[in-house]
Amino acid sequence: MKNLLELMGIEADRIHFSWISSAESTKFVKVVNEITAKVKALGPNQRFVKQAAKVA
Amino acid sequence: MSTYTEKIREISQRLLKECKVEMVIGFRQGTLPMMNEPCIVRKPEEVERLVWDSNCGINLANYLTNRKEKIGVVAKGCDSRNIVTHILENKIKREQLVIIGVPCQGMIDKRKIAAGVQGEILSVAEADGEVTVQTAAGAQTFKKAEVLQQNCSVCTHRNPVIHDEMVAEPVAEQTGVDPYADVAAIEAMSAEERWKFFEELLAPCIRCYACRNACPLCYCPTCFVDESKPQWVGKGQDPIDVRTFHFLRAYHCAGRCTDCGACERACPVGINMRLLTKKLNKDCLALYGWEAGLAEDKRPALDTYKANDPENFIH
Repeated sequence: MKNLLELMGIEADRIHFSWISSAESTKFVKVVNEITAKVKALGPNQRFVKQAAKVA
Repeated sequence: MSTYTEKIREISQRLLKECKVEMVIGFRQGTLPMMNEPCIVRKPEEVERLVWDSNCGINLANYLTNRKEKIGVVAKGCDSRNIVTHILENKIKREQLVIIGVPCQGMIDKRKIAAGVQGEILSVAEADGEVTVQTAAGAQTFKKAEVLQQNCSVCTHRNPVIHDEMVAEPVAEQTGVDPYADVAAIEAMSAEERWKFFEELLAPCIRCYACRNACPLCYCPTCFVDESKPQWVGKGQDPIDVRTFHFLRAYHCAGRCTDCGACERACPVGINMRLLTKKLNKDCLALYGWEAGLAEDKRPALDTYKANDPENFIH
């Protein structure tokens, strides 16, 4: 699914998959920090965003 | 090719007479040239309706889903692979089927012919690897190899993988073709270019769902696009909704698609949505060594777990 999203033009760092056990709190924090850093570096997402209909 | 037609009729007649099957699913001449349509024959005297030529691109596995009868079905390479997929997914039982295998030499792309001639096409005939098109202006001849459907030109499974009868000797499989060259070309683009590429590719889509309806894999009682509680995806022409539809439709075919080309053939605006399913086929082959519908005794790639499954996408 990640590969197909990337083929369609979603940036590689935009989508992440992880497997974290409920006992792995430190891994959870680490992964979340890593992901937020990567996504912040990319900036706001412009793709696959549906614009609200313009109402006059 | 006409010998194929005779042989199909002969086999179908025999099967119906001997009551081995209740019906035979094949093709009959369409009302327009190059538009052969699926046809169900139930009586031995009706087999004259059945035909075979290079305009039988529709995938007949689509007509087997959840049927209860004993069925004879005409199958080229890709149809037979979809029949295998149907059997694996419990949509039909092998015992119900008598598969009439047709070694396939590719189907004609009606759009390529239409683009190459002026005016309305009155008739299309083929012989010795050439296709002769009759229009009001006169006759024009094409080499069949040049007007094949794109998926047929890179097909490496022309012969049926399972069959009970064969209408002819197996044909030589193509070698040295790269089925995934077009996908690789897109992969080589930047993310920005890829986004634009698909924006342009999908822009003409009118959301008619012909691609879904022609696809033998799409047999859900209610498709996700038709659901309204919850509504998974918007139903209008919004480019993001269109893209969501195509993305998910393709993803539902992961590890199941045989690149039969029924979707692209059915599309009224000629979108090559096969690029999406082919990407999944390419990855399935590269990551799991899996090609859909080649064996009745192997579970599909997304249906099995192996300790060495690739997991480098997981943090």
